[in-house]
Amino acid sequence: MLEIRDLHACINGKEILKGINLTVRDGEVHAIMGLNGAGKSTLSNVIVGHPGYEVTEGSIIWDGKDLLSLKPEERAHEGIFLSFQQPVEIPGVSMVNFMRAALNAKRKYQGLEPMPAGDFLKLMREKRSIVELDSKLTSRSVNEGFSGGEKKRNEIFQMAMLEPKLTILDETDSGLDVDALRVVAEGFNKLRKPETSAIVITHYQRLLDYLKPDIVHVLIDGRIVKTGGPELATEIENKGFDWLKTPSPL
Amino acid sequence: MSEKNSLVREVAEKKYEYGFTTDVQTDIIEKGLSEDVVHFISQKKGEPDWLLEFRLNAFRYWLTLEQPTWGHLKMPPIDYQDISYYADPTKSGNSGMSRNSGEIDPELMKTFDKLGIPLEERMALAGTAVDAVMDSVSVKTTFREKLREKGIIFCSISEAVREQPDLVREYLGSVVPYKDNFFAALNSAVFSDGSFVYIPKGVRCPMELSTYFRINARGTGQFERTLIVCDEDAYVSYLEGCTAPMRDENQLHAAIVEIVVKERAEVKYSTVQNWYPGDSEGKGGVLNLVTKRGHLRGANSRLSWTQVETGSAITWKYPSCVLSGDGSQAEFYSVAVTNNYQQADTGTKMIHIGKNTRSIIISKGISAGRSQNAYRGLVKVASTADGARNYSSCDSLLLGSKCGAHTFPYMDVHNETAVVEHEATTSKISEDQLFYCNQRGISTEEAVSLIVNGYAKEVINKLPMEFAVEAQKLLGVSLEGAVG
Repeated sequence: MLEIRDLHACINGKEILKGINLTVRDGEVHAIMGLNGAGKSTLSNVIVGHPGYEVTEGSIIWDGKDLLSLKPEERAHEGIFLSFQQPVEIPGVSMVNFMRAALNAKRKYQGLEPMPAGDFLKLMREKRSIVELDSKLTSRSVNEGFSGGEKKRNEIFQMAMLEPKLTILDETDSGLDVDALRVVAEGFNKLRKPETSAIVITHYQRLLDYLKPDIVHVLIDGRIVKTGGPELATEIENKGFDWLKTPSPL
Repeated sequence: MSEKNSLVREVAEKKYEYGFTTDVQTDIIEKGLSEDVVHFISQKKGEPDWLLEFRLNAFRYWLTLEQPTWGHLKMPPIDYQDISYYADPTKSGNSGMSRNSGEIDPELMKTFDKLGIPLEERMALAGTAVDAVMDSVSVKTTFREKLREKGIIFCSISEAVREQPDLVREYLGSVVPYKDNFFAALNSAVFSDGSFVYIPKGVRCPMELSTYFRINARGTGQFERTLIVCDEDAYVSYLEGCTAPMRDENQLHAAIVEIVVKERAEVKYSTVQNWYPGDSEGKGGVLNLVTKRGHLRGANSRLSWTQVETGSAITWKYPSCVLSGDGSQAEFYSVAVTNNYQQADTGTKMIHIGKNTRSIIISKGISAGRSQNAYRGLVKVASTADGARNYSSCDSLLLGSKCGAHTFPYMDVHNETAVVEHEATTSKISEDQLFYCNQRGISTEEAVSLIVNGYAKEVINKLPMEFAVEAQKLLGVSLEGAVG
């Protein structure tokens, strides 16, 4: 379970998150909707410990642990995964070596031996098929020369390999055509287990049609201004965000 | 406080695993350089007159020279009178006589075991023969008899002088004459030990040959001399590894390697250089000032240099090729890593003389900390070299913002039919790349190691397998603490 309490965070001295409260129970899918600049990506970056953001107030408790005291790689080992909005390219590092380093680092954290090479390659093949990722891509360098859609698929593939307990999808739908969106979303659904949870950050309804969130939040200017069921997403799709904006205190 | 100091030391020592010293009785001559010292070394080795003459000529010539200053290096002043020019850690005090009779000091055996270089043949790495050199003396050469069956000569150069005087006399100084440069003249005057290899016509050397250089004694310099002659249609792959103890003062290592490659013969020469680099504040470390050159004498001969340079406080080294034989081909693959206050000025020279000669230069520099890393290369095409081709690619990778990367490519082309290409890139490991790795559970240090190894892969892949694995680990260790 993830519990965020009164979270304030800055980037370059500018306050972006102004008191976020959010509880995600095991097995739940939460959607966070909002306009550009509302703080959606800041929230996901703060959860995974991006060094560019400074938390000035509040707490994040993950399965009873103080998440903010953990290093980014430890948060990953504790089962938190971010599907990046813009996955970075790492020339020279093959997907195979990258995934093996990631998986074995997690196993080491759990006190397990590195996975034997044969088992690892078998696992790669298995998980690759779930997101229909071409074998040519996994033999390339990380994200290098991947199309926008391939990069997003590669994110879900990595999620499949690492089997996180909480996945954050940060605008995974951006830059995807309808078919690619379907493949990514269906892949994600296939990988879901009753106890795994997710935070889905998006502007649009279309990804939510596939992922069927339990709870929908609207984030405006660093605060969650409304929380509701799936019907809230539909309402936003029809009416936009303006009606949710709090009137200026003046 | 003292606890903290010991902790700091522990961390520092972890970074350089080979910093220990061996406690053996070592026969060291007094510090200082003179004609007497040259006489002493020559006598100690029981050398013939012609070689003494060679040394003395070199010494007299050296006296007329000034130390070069053109490297992109801040070189500490070297007091050549404050160095001991001969140190013998073998008990008998006379290298050649007892060294293969099994009477090796167990401490020396242990040292090389600890370095991962077992000197007992039954324990050796499969398919590798080793010449182990500590300070000024070759301690042991393995698999000599087995190689002799094929007519291959692999021994220390001191022994070669005694046992194969004609071969040594014909080739010594033929590729790097003592007048070549300041350090070559110094080495020619006082060289102590190193390896000699002769591969006869048509023989493919069945195992990797290697020399492991170890500096142990304090206040000494190491002046190794290696000579490799690969006769017509022959082949050899040769590896060189180096380490030294951690010391606060600089130690001088001025070597010469000469390679002669005849018609259709092929030599692969690989180096993993891990001399002590000095501490994180730039104190101590080996000054690695080396002249390496191969002469591709025969038509269609081939020579490739592969080097992974992670150690030394200062590296000044340009393994070069003179392509005389028509259709000869030369390659230079290099990874040079500098961290903390290390400095490297390294590259190659490709001198095209024969027709249709080809050369490739792939250089990867990696700089971290406050280090300076320079590539310096010359591609020269003589008027005789019709159809010569060269391709050079020099990449620099920067970790952090206090280090420097520099490229000094020189081209000197005197033939209109020649094609010479040069490409260069500079890149930096980005914060975003490191964070992406972190988010997948990979620590920053491991991420740097992954990225650097990926970057250097093209060169590492050229190394023989066991060396490649070793080199990969070394890259990670050398850059520990470089980021974050």
